[in-house]
Amino acid sequence: MKLFDIISTASTNTFRSKLRTILTILAIFIGAFTLTLTTGLGKGISHYIDDQLGSLGAEDVLLIMPTTDNGFSSPNDPPKTYDATKKTQNIESEGNRTIALMTEADLEKFRKIDGIESVTAYRQAAMDYVSGPNNQKLVGNLNLLLDGEKHATEVGQMPTNDSDVPQMMIPSNYAKALGFTDAGASVNQQITIGLTNGRGDAVTLAIANVGVSQKSILTSGFIYVNQAAMNKLVTLQNQGAPDSVSKYFQVATARLKSELPASKLTQVKADLKKLGFDGMTVQDQIGVIKTVINGIIAVLNGFAIIALLAAGFGIINTLLMSVQERTKEIGLMKAMGMNSGKIFLLFSFEAVILGFWGSFLGVMFAVATGFGINQILMNGLLKDLSGLQPLSFTLQSVAPIVAIVMGLAFAAGTLPAIRASRQDPINSLRYE
Amino acid sequence: MHQASRTLIQADHISKTYGRGTNAFTALSEVSLGVHEGETIAIVGKSGSGKSTLMHILALLDSPTAGVLSVNGKLASDMSSRDLARLRNQTFGFVFQQFFLNASSSVLDNVMLPLKIAGMGRRQRKQRALEVLEQVDLADKAKANAGDLSGGQKQRVVIARALVNDPKIIFADEPTGNLDSATGQLVENLLFRLNSERGITLVIVTHDADLARRCNRQVFIKDGQIATPVRRVTI
Ligand SMILES: Nc1ncnc2c1ncn2[C@@H]1O[C@H](COP(=O)(O)OP(=O)(O)OP(=O)(O)O)[C@@H](O)[C@H]1O
Ligand SMILES: [Mg+2]
Repeated sequence: MKLFDIISTASTNTFRSKLRTILTILAIFIGAFTLTLTTGLGKGISHYIDDQLGSLGAEDVLLIMPTTDNGFSSPNDPPKTYDATKKTQNIESEGNRTIALMTEADLEKFRKIDGIESVTAYRQAAMDYVSGPNNQKLVGNLNLLLDGEKHATEVGQMPTNDSDVPQMMIPSNYAKALGFTDAGASVNQQITIGLTNGRGDAVTLAIANVGVSQKSILTSGFIYVNQAAMNKLVTLQNQGAPDSVSKYFQVATARLKSELPASKLTQVKADLKKLGFDGMTVQDQIGVIKTVINGIIAVLNGFAIIALLAAGFGIINTLLMSVQERTKEIGLMKAMGMNSGKIFLLFSFEAVILGFWGSFLGVMFAVATGFGINQILMNGLLKDLSGLQPLSFTLQSVAPIVAIVMGLAFAAGTLPAIRASRQDPINSLRYE
Repeated sequence: MHQASRTLIQADHISKTYGRGTNAFTALSEVSLGVHEGETIAIVGKSGSGKSTLMHILALLDSPTAGVLSVNGKLASDMSSRDLARLRNQTFGFVFQQFFLNASSSVLDNVMLPLKIAGMGRRQRKQRALEVLEQVDLADKAKANAGDLSGGQKQRVVIARALVNDPKIIFADEPTGNLDSATGQLVENLLFRLNSERGITLVIVTHDADLARRCNRQVFIKDGQIATPVRRVTI
């Protein structure tokens, strides 16, 4: 029998017992549908993270800090109002960056590490509040914009370290809270930052706001200022403080030697660790978040795969019944000279066809559902998270699902197919 | 009229035992028989005597527990399963008592099955199948569902299917057993016409005495053994 005839015969046979076939396909459909949605979700989220964080800094820059940074809070929460009595607590709870220090001596040690090209240190001021036209005092997370760091803006531009003019950028949800009519209205306006100086006095500095950053889960509440602004803020903060204070830096970045191999990078990080510091590339910062998300997606995928395995048993069951029903037919075909290998193929293809239809329809339906969900979420719940498309599908991500399910179906079909191919024509023909 | 022709199948001291130990049952013992080109043989005997078993062994559908079988001078035991399959596909045609038609597909599809197995192209096999349906007078039923035919029509479809590969031998197990005498007569005539017009050898298992008498010779099987010496009948 020719291959084409085997496939077309298998295809006809598959739909001989319609209800049974449809139920089996439905089981596969559910598994493939779920798997497509969960992988789509994983892809959607990881795309988003890459987009949002991928631009956080140049790839060959290592951020050196004595403590870990953890910038998580919901972008949908309104900024909190500054409360003077809770100043220190505010800094601790809101300032996710604990102010830890490094000295010139530390920097010297960093410079000696093999693989580090140059080290730049920054002083960082701790902000008490930010306030605008309505004089509301809001807490926030003051950040120095590092060289090479990029953020998507909603309006305006990012502050730049090339400028000697102090510049800042507020997050999207701060514009209205500070008293501007909208984000656009806050651009090129002066915004006041309040801090406490070395004598314990409240001081303020007005800085030009050059842009508004896009809403993002990852940098929510982050107010970015350029080097010029930070220098002024630091000077203000250090007024009246002992001279020793000005010797300290809060953050340092190290530019790595170009084309540094991964093993070398690991060594650099280990060397920093020995000195009591953490070195993190942008990739590391993304990596932590991605690992968590990948873990969650893996669990979801696991459920989908369990559904598919159950469907696999459905295929075995269906085909065993079909072999049983067609015992005489198999015997007849063998009597008429069909060899065992082709009988095996005939039933295997039947399994693969079940797998194909189940997964193809499941994937198609999942993609359609995914687009629907995207539309609903992007116009509703996730409206303000620009750039987040929760479910992402590509041919490359979806085609393997069909292929995997067909492979699984083939595997499930082997048991019934072997049983069919081993049948003795005489016993089959005597079978009542 | 077909005397002294070539031996197609030669069976020597064939035995067949089913089961083992205390359950062992010998369905055939020490049967020797030659099937010659162009002749018609009737295998007759009581129910359970071993007729079907013998036919299956002669048709290479089953293998004997002891004895030697050769086809066209070649030992069956020397043939690979692929050779056996090809031989069955190209040299033999089968007519079974229970028809074994695929009730849900068309008459044409049923008749084309051996050609499909042989790997013939779609157009060619359709043409060939229509030709044989014409021969059994069923060309008008080609598109009908095989399950919807009458018993006699079904048996003619089965004969068409047995013929479609242009076989040298047709093995028929009770070809008229399920039919009323008039339709049985029709099917019988069809088979014997194939023998006389095209020289197709017939091996027919039957307990119909009339049908047996129309054959060149009768092989009587009793309890798995040939009961009387082979008797030649000249027609
Ligand atoms: N697979 C088997 N296992 C055990 N015994 C079997 C098997 N096949 C056939 N037999 C036995 O072998 C004997 C011969 O069977 P066979 O089918 O050849 O009889 P038969 O002459 O064709 O009978 P009938 O006219 O009823 O078709 C019977 O007694 C049957 O029970
Ligand atoms: Mg019988």
